[in-house]
Amino acid sequence: MNSVVKSGITLAVIAGLCTALVALTYTATAERIEVNEQAWLERSLQPALSGLFFDSGVTESMMTIPPPHDLPGSEAAIVYRVYAEDAPVAALFVVSARDGYAGPIRVLVGVDVGGAVTGVHVLEHRETPGLGDRVESGKSDWVQQFDGRSLIDPSPSGWAIKRDGGRFDQLTGASVTPRAIVKTIRDTLLYFEAHREEVFIALQEEAE
Amino acid sequence: MSASNFVDRFRNGLWYENPGLVQLLGLCPLLAVTSTFVNGLGLGVATLAVLIASNALVSATRRWIQPQIRIPIYVLIIASLVTCIELIFKAWFPALDRSLGIFIPLIVTNCAIVARAEVFASKNPVASSILDGFVMGSGFALLLMVIGLIRELVGHGSIMSRMDMLFGGEAMRGIVLTDGGWLLAILPPGAFFSLALAIALKNAIDERQKSATPRRSRR
Repeated sequence: MNSVVKSGITLAVIAGLCTALVALTYTATAERIEVNEQAWLERSLQPALSGLFFDSGVTESMMTIPPPHDLPGSEAAIVYRVYAEDAPVAALFVVSARDGYAGPIRVLVGVDVGGAVTGVHVLEHRETPGLGDRVESGKSDWVQQFDGRSLIDPSPSGWAIKRDGGRFDQLTGASVTPRAIVKTIRDTLLYFEAHREEVFIALQEEAE
Repeated sequence: MSASNFVDRFRNGLWYENPGLVQLLGLCPLLAVTSTFVNGLGLGVATLAVLIASNALVSATRRWIQPQIRIPIYVLIIASLVTCIELIFKAWFPALDRSLGIFIPLIVTNCAIVARAEVFASKNPVASSILDGFVMGSGFALLLMVIGLIRELVGHGSIMSRMDMLFGGEAMRGIVLTDGGWLLAILPPGAFFSLALAIALKNAIDERQKSATPRRSRR
């Protein structure tokens, strides 16, 4: 009995010391981590913001669209609203493509008020290195072909890769990843067309 | 500790008892993250830091720890240290933290660390345990770097790209030899091939030394 109590006390003391160590490190790093996360978020939204004129804070305008929604992906989607002088300029959607090669692909799709793509950026994926991962903006300029495209150019039926009779390039040796991303962008544009008011009305309500 | 003893400890950690090459411990992170040199270096340094700190703490508390509860205590100490290292990485090397992802927290499961706590630190004084953590961690980190270097060279055709993830500044492309390389090297099989080659090379060198020594003595 005595040894059990002793062991218990030892464990408790060590657990307390370890917790103190973690708590101390946390206090020392929390501020820097916050700054880093914010910087990373701003940097990753940048590809969809270039060329836009706006005067609003982007990261503060975040809105979560909980499932079920008509956007790609089954988890909550995130949208950032961008505006100039209180007039909507663009919406940046963070959605997931479900039918990639290995797990969900998180994609940032920027759409301006007129429904044209302002930029696409793959945020997170587990596609095959050297094949599917060329959808990353750092590895090839594949995602740039969507800039300025909308549901009029090409029409929704043209929103597919060339192998499937659409208008967009696939990647050599990889068609699953590009197909998933093209479909994701098209579905996001369709959602935006149907819910444009909602996306921006919510913004104005929150602003007031 | 005498100087020759000191050198012996280093030779053991880096070569004869290398945790990765000889003891084959901690292979999961070794195989998973070594697709580039900077990833290998990052995880190597993180593991080294955890190993030194865990050896120091285990050794410092060894007198008060009853044998029957030593394993939960090692786990507690190692898990806390890894959490601290993860926070430090998130604060100072955010890009590297994103690149290594889950493998920083998974250092907890690296059996090389708990093995050194059990085999060495629980029986030896603090200074000696810190040295042990340092040499064993260095041996592991070096292996990670070598494998990362090989896989990056063959798979990406570059040497030491993205060192900015560790040292900050502009995105560095390193020494680029070709654009793209032999894909297999960065895929999981490439990790097994590289490790197998490294082990084979080490054995071949040992073999050669062994056969060279007696011949010399016979002459």
